[in-house]
Amino acid sequence: MTKVFGYPESLTDMPTHYCPGCTHGIIHRLIAEVIDELGIVDKTVGVAPVGCAVLAYNYFTCDMQEAAHGRAPAVATGIKRVIPDGIVFTYQGDGDLASIGCAEIVHAAARGEQITTVFVNNGIYGMTGGQMAPTTLPGDKTSTSPYGRDTVKQGFPIRVSEMLATLDGPAYIARVSVHNVAHIVKAKRAIKKAFEYQVAGKGFTLVEVLSTCPTNWGLTPKESLDKVQREMLPYYPLGEYKDIEAGEKK
Amino acid sequence: MKGGLSMAQVIFNEERCKGCELCTTVCPVKIVIIQDKYNKRGFRPAGVSDMSKCIACAACARICPDVVITVEK
Amino acid sequence: MGQRVLMKGNEAIAEAAIKAGCLFFFGYPITPQNELPEYMSRRMPEVGGTFVQAESEVAAINMVYGAAGAGARVMTSSSSPGISLKQEGISYMAGAELPAVIVNIVRGGPGLGSIQPGQGDYFQSVKGGGHGDYKLVVLAPANLQEAVDLVTEAFDIADQYRNPVLILGDGLLGQMMEPVEFRPLPERVLPPKDWATNGLRNHRGHKNVVNSLVLQAVGLEAHNIHLQAKYARIKEAEQKAELLYCDDAEVVVVAYGSTARIAKTAILALREQGHKVGLLRPISLWPFPENAINTLVSTVNTFLCVEMSAGQMVEDVRLVVNGRRPVQFYGRMGGIVPTPEEIATQILESMGVTNHD
Repeated sequence: MTKVFGYPESLTDMPTHYCPGCTHGIIHRLIAEVIDELGIVDKTVGVAPVGCAVLAYNYFTCDMQEAAHGRAPAVATGIKRVIPDGIVFTYQGDGDLASIGCAEIVHAAARGEQITTVFVNNGIYGMTGGQMAPTTLPGDKTSTSPYGRDTVKQGFPIRVSEMLATLDGPAYIARVSVHNVAHIVKAKRAIKKAFEYQVAGKGFTLVEVLSTCPTNWGLTPKESLDKVQREMLPYYPLGEYKDIEAGEKK
Repeated sequence: MKGGLSMAQVIFNEERCKGCELCTTVCPVKIVIIQDKYNKRGFRPAGVSDMSKCIACAACARICPDVVITVEK
Repeated sequence: MGQRVLMKGNEAIAEAAIKAGCLFFFGYPITPQNELPEYMSRRMPEVGGTFVQAESEVAAINMVYGAAGAGARVMTSSSSPGISLKQEGISYMAGAELPAVIVNIVRGGPGLGSIQPGQGDYFQSVKGGGHGDYKLVVLAPANLQEAVDLVTEAFDIADQYRNPVLILGDGLLGQMMEPVEFRPLPERVLPPKDWATNGLRNHRGHKNVVNSLVLQAVGLEAHNIHLQAKYARIKEAEQKAELLYCDDAEVVVVAYGSTARIAKTAILALREQGHKVGLLRPISLWPFPENAINTLVSTVNTFLCVEMSAGQMVEDVRLVVNGRRPVQFYGRMGGIVPTPEEIATQILESMGVTNHD
């Protein structure tokens, strides 16, 4: 018998606190698999956000730092400048990265900091009970947009990957999804590429992962994956928005 | 290995399962089901109805958010 | 070493940090401390260090958090409004027990205020500033040689106690030029940074986590008890003050930083005229030099606190004196720097004020 699929070593065996069907679990596992495959766990430092993944430091076996809300890219900058041979990644939700942390991610990207950001975009503030996020879709009902997001009063969502791809600092920006197995496989490829680029010293890398929040969307886990496919993909198209190795921007 | 498919198997660590049912939606041979029992955390864990049909595609393992499933063949 | 160099305060502080082994500086422009990051941007490449101009003071303190967490000696600097921005990060660092040196070149406030010197950040520095039960070691130099010495010592104090240390300067100190000598200090026993996330997990065999989140109340109380015990040890060991002419003083002026220097001129002039005046100059604002004040309470008639503020340190003097003697106050605000003459006038007016008045 050969093992076709096993438990990644870079993941602790602690059961997670995430809701049933939450895609955080999938994304954590993909990152852990990539760290295993690249053999970098001893020199990796992850930076946990404030959000549902605030306890991410319990789930990875590498060194971890807990950052203040939105500040992970700045914390990661400090770490990477001290240990340039280390591999530093941030793991951030849409409130953390695109709201309070918008300056930090833009400037870490602009400076071309040699870090990797995994941006978990589920268009809502999960941990705090389902408030509107910068990436909440127009019309979506949240606890602070109870009548549905009104673009006149509450503005339009931010397309982070497109926005950051306009900068010269990033080496790789991609948007992927985990709404079905085929896309999970593609998401892992993008995450692996992002980490590989950091190992090779190519520059700032970010993978935006379209994700779900079954609890605050009020849907079953399967219905939530379908909502990503039906409603989020059209607004947030998948693809590689920047790749310095590819020669041409999308 | 003698003829036909090799002995594929999926192992479910039932205590990690949160009963989210995602695995039941992706199995191409439709053998992943939710069992009629509860684990220690109060969830009804997923499991396999007919292991002989398993093709070790690992789709269930890949969509599982809780790394419940390991796959061997 | 042994050579005196004429330097501007902001630059002398920067050089002292580098000589103390600080190779990482993260900062942001704000008057009147801009020469500090500018100097760092020139000097760090020369010594193989790292300078980053962050996008804000918020980002800078979080870079400090990350770098300190990775085990490096690291500094940031700013001035009053920028220090306000850093309070979240400072609280996180205190909670996560990270060593670093933060420099505040104080200006007039509140709000955008002015760019002249002030002492209106005393409360912010010693009473918190950030949320939660924590303390920073706060050191207030009164001249540039002392600034250089305190910055050097600050890195050792930070490492010894795993706590951020704040150097409380002001616009006068930042901008003035004085001769300074970069000299070594008595060595302290510093614990190894085996807690740092330094990318060497294989050398230790276990992961390190830098964190201030403790969701269970029992655990967070235990952590806070641990922090309070640390602060008690610091209070025992790190009080610093200068006493001048206090032995027979009837009035003791209590002042720190540039104000103390100006008060000293007034006191020396009054001494020439035969008045019995002394100066108690706190150098550590936290831990507050209670011991020094307590030794004076039995012999002096009255204390006169002089600050460039509406009266902040005076509250701590009153707390320690605890009603045993009158504690009077004179202050200027808005960036106005008092003259020796006006302080002398206040000292004379304060004489003869007893508890019965």
